[in-house]
Amino acid sequence: MTALIAARGLTRVLPETVPVTLVKDISLEIDPNSFVAITGPSGSGKSSLLYLLGLLDRPTNGTILVEGRDTGPMSEAERARTRLSMIGFVFQFHFLLPEFSARQNVEIPMRKMGRLAPREMRGRAEELLDALGLADHRNKRPDQLSGGQRQRVAVARALANDPPLVLADEPTGSLDSQSSEQVFEILRSLVRERGKTVVAVTHDLDMAARMDRRVHLVDGMLAEAED
Amino acid sequence: MRLILDIALTHIAGRGRQTLVAIIGVAVGVGFSIAMAALMQGGQDDFVKQLIDTMPHVQVTDEQRGARRQPAEEAFDAAEISGLRPPDDRRGIINPTAATAWLDAWVTGRFSQSLKSQGVVRYQGREAGASIIGIEPETERAISPIVEDFTQGSFSTLSEGGNNVVVGDRMAEKLGARLGDTVTTISSSGLTRNFRITGLFHTGTTARDEGEAYMLLKNAQILSERPNAINDIRIKLDNPYAARDAARRIETQLGYKAVSWQEANEAIMQAFVVRNVIMYAVVAAILLVAGFGIFNIVSTITHEKARDIAIMKSLGFSRGDMQSMFVIEGMAIGAAGSLAGWALGFVLTYGLASIKFELDAGGQEITELPIAWSAAHYAIASLFALGSAAVAGYLPARKAARLNPVDIIRGAT
Repeated sequence: MTALIAARGLTRVLPETVPVTLVKDISLEIDPNSFVAITGPSGSGKSSLLYLLGLLDRPTNGTILVEGRDTGPMSEAERARTRLSMIGFVFQFHFLLPEFSARQNVEIPMRKMGRLAPREMRGRAEELLDALGLADHRNKRPDQLSGGQRQRVAVARALANDPPLVLADEPTGSLDSQSSEQVFEILRSLVRERGKTVVAVTHDLDMAARMDRRVHLVDGMLAEAED
Repeated sequence: MRLILDIALTHIAGRGRQTLVAIIGVAVGVGFSIAMAALMQGGQDDFVKQLIDTMPHVQVTDEQRGARRQPAEEAFDAAEISGLRPPDDRRGIINPTAATAWLDAWVTGRFSQSLKSQGVVRYQGREAGASIIGIEPETERAISPIVEDFTQGSFSTLSEGGNNVVVGDRMAEKLGARLGDTVTTISSSGLTRNFRITGLFHTGTTARDEGEAYMLLKNAQILSERPNAINDIRIKLDNPYAARDAARRIETQLGYKAVSWQEANEAIMQAFVVRNVIMYAVVAAILLVAGFGIFNIVSTITHEKARDIAIMKSLGFSRGDMQSMFVIEGMAIGAAGSLAGWALGFVLTYGLASIKFELDAGGQEITELPIAWSAAHYAIASLFALGSAAVAGYLPARKAARLNPVDIIRGAT
């Protein structure tokens, strides 16, 4: 089975006056339909690895393969297209566009993709929001929603184009325990029920323990054998 | 693309007041450029129209552009021949009948022939130097606006025949002569004849009012002892803008200097070009300043929306998408400003056109500002505005598009 996403010798160095190595020589493969935690102390390069896997950042060395395709030689526009169709992001903070309603925010990736008719986009956005328990909040703007609700809108948006891979950067990091649990359950259901692959950066070891697989980083390097 | 436009518009809408100021900036620039162009173009058109109305479109005189080649130079293939005594040809257009017949055959318009010579008009022992112009009243009437300029008597008295002359009012004043008096004219060859003043004209040009005397062509030919001679053909074309071509053709065929009205007023025409260049430079400067307003707002938005830029990039928007988003924001302000500017320009131009003022010179005349209404002024002003808006949007847009989303996301967490 081809890995959904694979890293080969990934290194990322920030070209400052004193170069900072964020991630060093990481190779790993992530299989379809898995629920993976990236853990590690702060500053260990968890988020940097996630951004590299999500094609948001370019590695200094090494390469990333998405469904076996090398993304190294891709143009900026091609990488953007791959993000659009293959990858959904959920960040620690909700990162919704403040001028648009929850439904409109969910529609944005679909409109960018341009594959569905406006009515279908609307239907799908409402379906996703309803499934995440936001049926009553479709037309609210982000500032009218609670933190947990916003994070669920962000999840709905990440799923808009039905990407196989969802990358989450501390998705519960700024939520209270109840909301955290809710969001975690949603992410797990994505894997169990929708067949997605979810890779989540977290420093919550309890949460990581409940996931399928853990990737532990220390100082930008893979630290120990995975279980 | 709709999506990018939608997002761009929410960005602008989020900065209502600043956007409004930027739009007003562009609108004022566009509006004033339109009004200024209308006024300047109007003045120019008015002036050209007067030139075309009052001047002959092509004037053929018996002069030549260069020195004539001497027969010796024609005969010998020498580098230079010195010490020649040039032949003293009879002046005037040679074989005028053939020349006018040739003109008659192709010129679409009217022309008149005349004989202009220098002489003196004498009355009561006073003398005034004069250009004695022999004309044919019927054809002259069609060419020269002088017919309209008579204060006493009329131009048509010349066609009655007899020894009649019409002179400028200032000349009459200088001589102390009045309508009906008989004056003596002396030609440069010394011949004298008496003429009765049957008309006084006032053109407003002192040199003419003081120094021109019109009589029948025949009388002028007798006076200067040059029977059948003419030395001036003036042509009014139906299409004044064909004058250059017509002049060139006449000059090649007849060999005499033929001057189009454009050539005769070349200095003024060039001044107009310079004036237009200055005008459009000012327009460009105004709209460049308006562009700074746009640059300012788009630049502010890109800073304010840095996080949104990162979000959109993470969602799969490309660098090009981000760039066009902010260029659209600049252009939208430019376009809105242009539209408002059109309205302002129209109102200003309309206002200028309706100003009336009285001029005292030469009787009570009510004049208005010459205004040219032209869609081109609106188009040009908008082009400048949109161009400057595009540049003003592009610069911050390029910077925003290059932002690394990871830097922003890292900064936010």
